[in-house]
Amino acid sequence: MSNELFTQLTNSLVDGDPDATVEFTRQALAAGIEPMTIIREGLMPGMNTVGDKFSCGEYFLPDLIIAADGMKQAMELLEPELKVRNQSVESLGTVILGTVKGDIHEIGKSLVATMLSANGFKVFDLGVNVPNELFLAKIKETGATILGMSALLTTTMTVQRDIINELKEAGLRAQVKVIVGGAPVTHSWAEEIGADGYAEDAIGAVQLAKQLVSQ
Amino acid sequence: MPQLILNSLSDSLVEQIIDEALQLLVNPGVRVHNHEALTLLAEAGAEVNFETKIAFIPERLVRHSIDNVPKEFHLYDLNKKPVVRYGGDSVHFDPGSTAVTVLDSQSGKQRPGNTTDFIKFVKLVETLPQYDAQSTAFICRDVPEGIGDLYRLYLALIYGSKPIITGAFGIQTWWVMWEMLTAVAGGEKELAAHPLAVFDVCPTPPLLWSDLTCQNLMDCARKGVPSELVSMPLAGATSPVTLAAAVVQHAAESLSGITIGQLAMKGSPIVWGGAPAAFDMREGTTPMGDVGTWLIDIAYVQVGKALGLPTHAYMGSSDSKLLDVQTGIESAGGTFLAALAGVNMVSAGGMIDFLRCQSFEKLVLDAEVIGMAKRLILGIEAHDQPIAVDLMRKSAHQANFLSSPHTHKWFRKELYMPSEVIDRGSLDAWNKKGAQSAQERAGKRVETLLKAYRPFPLSNELRTELRAITLRAAQANGMNELPPLPTE
Repeated sequence: MSNELFTQLTNSLVDGDPDATVEFTRQALAAGIEPMTIIREGLMPGMNTVGDKFSCGEYFLPDLIIAADGMKQAMELLEPELKVRNQSVESLGTVILGTVKGDIHEIGKSLVATMLSANGFKVFDLGVNVPNELFLAKIKETGATILGMSALLTTTMTVQRDIINELKEAGLRAQVKVIVGGAPVTHSWAEEIGADGYAEDAIGAVQLAKQLVSQ
Repeated sequence: MPQLILNSLSDSLVEQIIDEALQLLVNPGVRVHNHEALTLLAEAGAEVNFETKIAFIPERLVRHSIDNVPKEFHLYDLNKKPVVRYGGDSVHFDPGSTAVTVLDSQSGKQRPGNTTDFIKFVKLVETLPQYDAQSTAFICRDVPEGIGDLYRLYLALIYGSKPIITGAFGIQTWWVMWEMLTAVAGGEKELAAHPLAVFDVCPTPPLLWSDLTCQNLMDCARKGVPSELVSMPLAGATSPVTLAAAVVQHAAESLSGITIGQLAMKGSPIVWGGAPAAFDMREGTTPMGDVGTWLIDIAYVQVGKALGLPTHAYMGSSDSKLLDVQTGIESAGGTFLAALAGVNMVSAGGMIDFLRCQSFEKLVLDAEVIGMAKRLILGIEAHDQPIAVDLMRKSAHQANFLSSPHTHKWFRKELYMPSEVIDRGSLDAWNKKGAQSAQERAGKRVETLLKAYRPFPLSNELRTELRAITLRAAQANGMNELPPLPTE
């Protein structure tokens, strides 16, 4: 019985059907299956398959996003159950994300937020046109270990450097790994401003984030 | 002679697109982040929420605005010749803007552009007949950011004589640019009567006019400077993925821009332009070489023509990072389709890496495609009556047309003859010339064209005045001296 449910859960993510994911998660809980098991046997295989299909060119961004959405909704059902059992899915780290002040582009950043969440990070997405102070305040408030800044204009890119300097001044630089992204951003820019990393796309950002927290 | 025109929408679909765009302007309305524009809209009868900065624009106000837009206008060169007609199915080409890098001819790598590069670029556009207008094609990184927009215009005015497709990065810098144009035109009225430049203004998808773009739009309108609305829905990202829906969003944004412009100044010239794309679902980028992108372009242009408006589109750029086969495919595809669609101003020449990089060699290569496209849309005419019967009877079964006076009379007009950049020699001939690629031949042609460049005789007075205006702005931005101009 449970094997069939696990398969249905996996398929719901692969098929991009969040409603089905929610429904089968409910059924699994009602059948008395442990939340950790539901995650391990039903949900994670689905997310991994989606990731693999994306890597080999069979799946695309909307497939990733809708699967991540299904995963998110399933976790919302499972989190209270985990809490009650004094269990938790270990977060890989807390990430603060945002597009810098003066810049309103956000598609890429939102994609990174989605992918990081789906891969076990706790993400606070501050949105666009984010004042420098807000980045710093949120880092202090959450004890975040990763700061991700996006800029799509050559004119707003420089704010990334400013914020890194402000982190130093506030004594926060050592607390966070800083990653930068956006169309005009490059590896050499990241190095120049003293960032800890740069990735060309959302998949790369996840790999980079995992690498950085394990250091 | 029937004009080759590409239509992708049925008449009823065009009607529905316009209708749904009008519906969107009423609900959910359009975000307008400029207080004056909101006030103008409110005074004209739109419902406006000043807190949320959303205007709900009624159909009759939009329709009335469309009626007041000039069906056509001309752009003039420094000889005061009307060299560009924005209107009907006239087709013109200009280089793309605003790139952030140039492709270095030696290294083949992208690098920041500077004054020397920009001057070189202007000279090339000046000497390439296929380009009807120049553009402020890329940013010069040897001047402060704060004058990035106006500095390009300064160089374009003193090195080129063709009209300029440009745009401002700020509210105040628009006025400096206008001051330059007024000086060259010989006065405010002169400039309005004989426009030298068009300013691009870009709404933010979906359905938002920023403070800056709104202000530029209204300032253009009031001074009789044509503004080119450049709506850019990204299908599947910042607009619905279905192409028709992206065209509806484009129409809604453009119609709201027209309304604001006409309220600022009734009868001000405006262009139905754009730079949409079908979002790449693998890389999350905005491909200019995508067929979905082209479909959106052709469709929105058809809608603009149905409304009786001048049109523009970004078609002919390539997403490739260097000059390779992909570049050729994408640039040719976009350019031919734009010509067939009858776009009044096609922006793209020289560009690769989406719209990020300008290449001198590509500018030359694109000129070839543009030349072919212009010939294509001239179609086939019957120059003689009868077309062939008399000619062929005279030749009496002999293949001697190469030597006939008729061929000598007509071949230049009838055939498009590319420059040496397009190789059509035999294998031996090609080997003898060094077995070069199109890119290498284009590089050689860049050098040849630069040598052939002749400056327009702009008065020293004007040159001095323009430099003074630019220097003032530079000093206000922390630069005491402008980069020196190369001595001729």
